[in-house]
Amino acid sequence: MITIQATGLHKSYGSAVALNSIDLNVAEGRILGLIGPNGAGKTTLLNAILGLTAYQGELSVLGRNPWTQRDQLMADVAFVADVAVLPRWMRVSDAIDFVAGIHPRFDRAKAEAFLARTTIKRTSKVRELSKGMVAQLHLALVMSIDARLLVLDEPTLGLDILFRKQFYDSLLNDYFDHHRTIVITTHQIDEIQYILTDLLFIDRGNLVFGCSMDDFDTRYLELITNPAQLPAARALKPIQERQTFGRSILLYDRVPREQLAPLGDVRTPSIADVFVAFIGNPNQPAPYSPPPVPNPPSSYTGAAQ
Amino acid sequence: MTPQTDALPTSFPDAERTTTAVAHISEARRLFWSIRRELWENRAIYLAPLAVAAFIILGFFYSVARMPADIMITSSVNGVEQVHHGLDPILPYTIAAGLLMGTTFLVAIFYSLDALYGERRDRSILFWKSLPVSDLTTVLSKAAIPLVLLPLLTWAVTVVTQAIMLLINLSVFHLRGLDTTALRTGLPLTQNAMLLLYHLVAIHALWYAPIWCWFLLVSAWARRTPLLWATLPPIVLGVLEMITLHSGHVFEFLKYRIHGPEGSDVFSANMSMSSHMPLAPTQFLSTPGLWTGLALAAVFLAAAIQLRRYRNPL
Repeated sequence: MITIQATGLHKSYGSAVALNSIDLNVAEGRILGLIGPNGAGKTTLLNAILGLTAYQGELSVLGRNPWTQRDQLMADVAFVADVAVLPRWMRVSDAIDFVAGIHPRFDRAKAEAFLARTTIKRTSKVRELSKGMVAQLHLALVMSIDARLLVLDEPTLGLDILFRKQFYDSLLNDYFDHHRTIVITTHQIDEIQYILTDLLFIDRGNLVFGCSMDDFDTRYLELITNPAQLPAARALKPIQERQTFGRSILLYDRVPREQLAPLGDVRTPSIADVFVAFIGNPNQPAPYSPPPVPNPPSSYTGAAQ
Repeated sequence: MTPQTDALPTSFPDAERTTTAVAHISEARRLFWSIRRELWENRAIYLAPLAVAAFIILGFFYSVARMPADIMITSSVNGVEQVHHGLDPILPYTIAAGLLMGTTFLVAIFYSLDALYGERRDRSILFWKSLPVSDLTTVLSKAAIPLVLLPLLTWAVTVVTQAIMLLINLSVFHLRGLDTTALRTGLPLTQNAMLLLYHLVAIHALWYAPIWCWFLLVSAWARRTPLLWATLPPIVLGVLEMITLHSGHVFEFLKYRIHGPEGSDVFSANMSMSSHMPLAPTQFLSTPGLWTGLALAAVFLAAAIQLRRYRNPL
């Protein structure tokens, strides 16, 4: 069962192309991480999937056209667009009552159970809650909906590391059941690495990279080497190279570990490393040109270290 | 480059999946919850008229209790004398009705202008649109506030307020040993209540429907200051017409819409709901302006629904 199927999905705002004829298939039971820099087209893609924006090309979500059949689709789809969108005037109890009143797939007991683990009071208004509590409330509501597709657009933006960790654990343990499909975008890439089944990089409206995490783990290796061994290492065609503390870090795609091992330390790269290789360097893939890494990749990896 | 993430899921036992019984939720139920939601968000809808009613009752109690007995006596006997003293006993009741009607009229204006604008301003529209409530249901629930709920609420609050006023009036008269016959029989409150209901439904709901729906449309469309967008363009249009064509059709049209059809003068109906019916229902229903107005209201409402449905929410 294919949850999301896009063929030639295209969207432009005037002359600016937000989505450049992309093709995409997401099967049921996958957890897809949609990763890209700001303005890459992530939110446009999600909005198209959620029927919030018009598009050209073919798009089918759970077998429906999200633009023309949005009302029916929303019974099976849940999404968190942004943690800040819960209405500030609403009481916690009202929010539960309302969703229970209108949603055929909402499990009130489940929402109560989620909230019982937090310090959120039923009588509080959203405006009285801290940012983390608002996110907890929103996620408690969304995770109590028996949706077939859950879309999370930066669900943990601005939340502290403890909360983020707890959230992804909960998503994996309490919510995901292999019959749902989850699509997540986030900038804290490495934090979601362990929960994803698939990975997709988007840049300037194009899907520049996509693979399953099983593939990812076997395909990519990182070699940390000394200047002396650099020529030999470069001969193996790394897809990216960067310098840290006088040593070179080279990223390889489909190069056996045994070939790399003699040249230095070999390790499995994080998503962020590969992301920077694909998107951080505009000239990629250019194996031999030492990349002019202008910004240290630590801006992406920092959260995970 | 268009790579695909179509790696098939490793086999998960499909048989285990217990299909949760999905409760059917009717559109009527969703409409009900959406209207409730509006009342949670906009408590002024009922708090404003209740506060004004409380203020009226207190003020009335104070004035009746302090009023010199001779004035009350003259005011309680019917006939020519009342008019001489300018103290028609129905007057406070009429003023109460007018104040309440004015209050809810203002509430309706501000509510309608904010209804589809506020949810975009605070981004909560993204939350509402994540739930299976159609844009049709949402917009109808918002339109129901000025079109249905506020007129009925105004009527109910007015009737209860007037009943309490009458009770106060009777008790005070009784305590002070004054004759209450005129109060008990002379005040046409039941008749007025019926007239008020007719006025609210005919004018505030039906005649003003295009105004409320225009406000809703502007609130769905405007990126900022819906009040200005709702009011300035018609005025500018009217002024332009006066300058270029030296005629005043736009202003005539606006005046007609706000003033109400011939014979149903809003203010006369507000202030002297005494004996005569302002406009016979058959006469009202055969006014072409009513039907063109309702058609216009339907167009505005449909446009508001389309905007909420198809425009980028933010």
